[in-house]
Amino acid sequence: MDFNLAGVHWLSDLLLCTQPLPVPTIPTERQFYEENKPFTCLDGSSTIPFDRVNDDYCDCRDGSDEPGTAACPNGSFHCTNAGFRPTFIPSSRINDGICDCCDTTDEYNSGATCQNTCREMGRKERESLQIMAEITKEGFLLKQQLIHEAKRGQEDKQGKLTELQGSKKGLEEKVEALRTVKETAEDPEKEAKERHLKAWEELIRMEKDKTRMAEAFLELDDDADGYVSVAELQSHLELDPDSDGSLSETETQGLLGGADKVDTSTFETVWSGIKDKYLSETLPLFFFIRYIYRLCPFNRVSQKPKFGGSETNLGLWGQWAGPEDNLYSVMKYDHGQGCWQGPNRSTTVKLTCGKETVVTSTSEPSRCEYLMEFTTPAVCQEPASLDEVLHGHTEL
Amino acid sequence: MAAFIVRMGPLLVLWLAVFLSGTWAVDRGNFKTCDQSAFCKRQRALKPGQSPYRALLETLELTNTKLTLQLINDNNKVRLLLELYRLQGNMTRVKINELKPLKPRFEVPDVLINDPPTEPLSLLSQDENGVVLSLGADSQWLIVSAKPFRLDIMEGREVLLSLNSRGLLAFEHLRIRKDTQVDPEGAEKKEETDAANEPAEGETAKEDGMWEETFKSHTDNKPNGPSSISLDFSLPGVEHVYGIPEHADSLKLKTTDGGDPYRLFNLDVFQYELFNPMALYGAIPVMLSHSAQRTMGIFWLNAAETWVDISSNTAGKTVFGQMLDYVQGSSETPQTDVRWISESGIIDVFIMLGPTPTDVFSQYSSLTGTQAFPPLSALAYHQCRWNYNDQEDVAAVDQGFDEHDIPYDFIWLDIEHTDGKRYFTWDPHKFPQPKDMLQGLVDKRRKMVTIVDPHIKVDSSYKIHNEIRSKGFYVKNKDGGDYEGWCWPGNSGYPDFTNPEMRAWWASMFAYDQYEGSMENMYTWNDMNEPSVFNGPEVTMHKDALHGNWENRDLHNLYGLYVQMATAEGLIERSGGVERPFVLTRAFFAGSQRYGAVWTGDNTAEWEHLKISIPMCLSLGLVGVSFCGADVGGFFKSPSTELLVRWYQTGAYQPFFRAHAHLDTPRREPWLFGPENTALIREAVRQRYALLPYWYQLFYHAHHSGQPVMRPLWVEYPQDTATFSMDDQFLLGRDLLVHPVTEEGGRGVTAYLPGKGEVWFDVHTFQKHNGAQNLYIPVTISSIPVFQRGGSIIPRKARVRRSSSCMEHDPYTLFVALSPKRFAQGELYIDDGHTFNFDKQKQFIHRRLSFANKALSSRNLAPGSQFITPSWIEKIVILGASKPSKATLKTPDGKENLLEFEFDASMSVLTLRKPGVNAGVDWTVVLQ
Repeated sequence: MDFNLAGVHWLSDLLLCTQPLPVPTIPTERQFYEENKPFTCLDGSSTIPFDRVNDDYCDCRDGSDEPGTAACPNGSFHCTNAGFRPTFIPSSRINDGICDCCDTTDEYNSGATCQNTCREMGRKERESLQIMAEITKEGFLLKQQLIHEAKRGQEDKQGKLTELQGSKKGLEEKVEALRTVKETAEDPEKEAKERHLKAWEELIRMEKDKTRMAEAFLELDDDADGYVSVAELQSHLELDPDSDGSLSETETQGLLGGADKVDTSTFETVWSGIKDKYLSETLPLFFFIRYIYRLCPFNRVSQKPKFGGSETNLGLWGQWAGPEDNLYSVMKYDHGQGCWQGPNRSTTVKLTCGKETVVTSTSEPSRCEYLMEFTTPAVCQEPASLDEVLHGHTEL
Repeated sequence: MAAFIVRMGPLLVLWLAVFLSGTWAVDRGNFKTCDQSAFCKRQRALKPGQSPYRALLETLELTNTKLTLQLINDNNKVRLLLELYRLQGNMTRVKINELKPLKPRFEVPDVLINDPPTEPLSLLSQDENGVVLSLGADSQWLIVSAKPFRLDIMEGREVLLSLNSRGLLAFEHLRIRKDTQVDPEGAEKKEETDAANEPAEGETAKEDGMWEETFKSHTDNKPNGPSSISLDFSLPGVEHVYGIPEHADSLKLKTTDGGDPYRLFNLDVFQYELFNPMALYGAIPVMLSHSAQRTMGIFWLNAAETWVDISSNTAGKTVFGQMLDYVQGSSETPQTDVRWISESGIIDVFIMLGPTPTDVFSQYSSLTGTQAFPPLSALAYHQCRWNYNDQEDVAAVDQGFDEHDIPYDFIWLDIEHTDGKRYFTWDPHKFPQPKDMLQGLVDKRRKMVTIVDPHIKVDSSYKIHNEIRSKGFYVKNKDGGDYEGWCWPGNSGYPDFTNPEMRAWWASMFAYDQYEGSMENMYTWNDMNEPSVFNGPEVTMHKDALHGNWENRDLHNLYGLYVQMATAEGLIERSGGVERPFVLTRAFFAGSQRYGAVWTGDNTAEWEHLKISIPMCLSLGLVGVSFCGADVGGFFKSPSTELLVRWYQTGAYQPFFRAHAHLDTPRREPWLFGPENTALIREAVRQRYALLPYWYQLFYHAHHSGQPVMRPLWVEYPQDTATFSMDDQFLLGRDLLVHPVTEEGGRGVTAYLPGKGEVWFDVHTFQKHNGAQNLYIPVTISSIPVFQRGGSIIPRKARVRRSSSCMEHDPYTLFVALSPKRFAQGELYIDDGHTFNFDKQKQFIHRRLSFANKALSSRNLAPGSQFITPSWIEKIVILGASKPSKATLKTPDGKENLLEFEFDASMSVLTLRKPGVNAGVDWTVVLQ
């Protein structure tokens, strides 16, 4: 009677022949598996004859004597995956009837029929890496531009500030010196000029305000019926007159001058009352089947039934919540509206690099805990050169 | 799944009231007390005393199979017919019915697996006071006393059990309503008020609830009038009684004096309370009595609402009082008195005379059958939640288990997977391609369970509803129309599962071409089958609803059993009779063990609920249902991380191991609580998987011989009185003792290791401990105190993989724990893990492993069987061993191989390296 598994023989045959499988293909480890020399467990815990390496019995506490079998509970198996990316899988996935390594090497004795999919996966991965790399590159450029613009804006302002501060002193002196003269000699002219300037500025301001008002009206009129209604305005918590954190219907009605809804002309009067507090909605929207989800970065996340109904607060800006090495990859919005029998609503926003700033998906994995995927160039990292990316993932 | 979550307008107000009351617990007001249940109140008003019943000895007839005798109630002259049977296997059956009922009374069908075979009774003596019958072996007698009527079962001079010794036999005979001509709204009823012992004359008091009864807004019409029955049993020498699940109470049943009786009435109880006798989802009317001398059982075969009173003459005494009795050599023999009360049907009671616990289990299973032998994978870990949202969610959770290297076998879908709570359908948006999803699981060698509840949405565009309606398969209301009630889908009908044609049709709906999107790796969960009717009385069906000729009143507790029976039959049929089914049920009755698993319903994420899972499953195991579990983590509310970890550790050692959570709770997949807790949960689940060969073997035995898988200690140590009330620890089979940590912040547990002269080995450290001691075990958050009995051999599979199927061909490690006499014995059972071939074609391996005289051997226990396994013996670990000079493996072909070994002198553990022998053949290892 043969007490050994056929596969074990096959495996040890392989070991004795030229095929490198399944001894680790990592150069630093490979050296420890020398044929016909006693093998010392990698943790040094014991030394065994070489014929006990890969003999389907676990001798080493660290599992290092069975790199090619499922014998050790803590072992791992190295898939070379030529054409794709090499990887380690837990030993327990060797010969379990499920194809894990794309090069099929984990299923050498299970009867599972695995196809070598490494080349195909490699191709797909290269394609997607290429796409990702392009996105990253473009996204990063966009980010650079954003940074550049912001910087230039800041520099401009800083420069102007310095300039102004420098001239301010001289001017102050001059002003002081000339004041008396001016005051006596030019009083009438000055008054006229000031009047003119004010009028001009007011005109410009009004024009701008009108544009803003028109935009705001369009934004607010969610159902595009030509009216801004109480429900439509109610989501703008920033307008809350008593700042108690909620905008009641009555309060909203007050804002609308007592009306349930206003048209464009009436909106003018409303606008004058709210324009100082009003925050634009020109932020990414994502249309889900039944709800419109709204993410205002660093402010709040909200949900609104697509067809009427009031808005629900899904969380206010809380903190960055990514893992230690990538803190700024996840945003956490919490303390949203309370759930019946449950917690307060909260939203986790996962940020990924993309050319556009857009919410790509929204889900509710757990009752009242929302998850948004959000792409933006703002999180794009400087790309490694494409060659580097591809090379790094295609050993052999 | 939940009892109620408000999602329907009409119920909103009602249920908001529940919540506004500010308590997070059952609303007791929704459920009847004995006082609010008319028949219970009537019956309980009857106090012990002289029984009005007299045996008419001149009517005695004795045939080969039975004795019949008429009884008469001297108060009202109504005659009853007593039938006595001696059953094979040391049981006595007592049946009492009206001699000439106005119409037939309900007798429970489909619970007994056959007409129990009888043995002849012989008449030993007879006089005007009574008769003495021989019960066959063991000098057992049955004494029938004539006036008052009473039965005593004796062994030698000892009374084992008496019936009607307290005179509480009461049989409300069927009668014609006498006030039918009277204005029904009108004056008090004056019908004959001869409820058994009450004086027939001069009774004019209004008999509340005899012909009609109202609870809350629900009126129960009783066209048959009063029909309840009652009988008392006295158990001399007994202080401990167990069983009659399902109750959220201690293992040892409490006396009910001064409180309500234990109630058996299948109900959907929202957020049930612990430690009280209220009814829950299932009912098994079987009680076990135990003393150091004898174990017996009483099986009260009645499916109507039933109440059980328990009293004891020692219960009230303090420990000091009992000590005093003992010191003074006093006196009173302890005695437990039990009284059963049911609303309708007949008295049909099986007295199982033991004398050992094993005997009682065999006796009961000879009547109602044994535990279904589940597919091996059903004993592995189940991941459930109300609800996994969509196919992507299922795929992500599946992937999560692989990423975190945690094994699991089944992922479950609750009601939200359906198209509008229409069972047998899929939500077209969330689960558009169920077969793709199932194939994804097949590819990982994993499985799925979908829920199929018995309430059917009343919707003319729903095929299932239309067919049931057109075939007339719905339960009818008292007026003959289809009975309708509210449940998850809104207005629902309830198929009449008591109708065999309905069950056959239902089973056919599980065929792959009928249940669209189903595949062979998809199994079934029957929830809400009490049945739950949100707007019904006590959240269940009206008692006057009609199942053919019978009222729901007569068979209420059977409904859930029939649902699971029909479903299991469907799963068998769809595979052409090849595959073993797996069906989980919430409601159950005696015999439900034949159809699958049960769980303890909608528990709560609280430490006390973790603790109660032990007595609840132990109680079920004692009365046949071995495949029991509680929702790991707790269904309602959100567990602390510590509670969740401890629940996994406990659940890993309970038969049905499934995590489940309410829709409104945060996600709690095992990896969501940080790497340390993920590792703790992974370890608990891995321990379960490594032990699957032993679990499977225990279930084989449960199926084969009716022995429970999870056992109270007293079952194996019946004379050790210290074990009689223990329910914080338990045995798996005979050989593993588990004392899970169920205390918050627990730093240690005190486990009782039974058995004077025995030893137990800590399965993790191999430390040896003496039996018959209370052992304090310091614990950390990773500890699961488990001990292997010295004298046992337990097979495990050390290569834990991502599902049990992946481990099918893996080798075994044998853990041999030596007794102080250096002896050990165990078994190894192997089959294909999922078909009936083990039964139909004897395709299995069953081996006796024994260690004696320094030799360990494997011998065939089932010579008629055959099965080929590629599995081999990987390692043998002998605990409590001494160091040999050599170890030789001998195989039947005459070969001898020396085995290498390691010996750990500090723990006396001998590890034999790689015997390599096939698990299915004879072999011996000799130590020298």
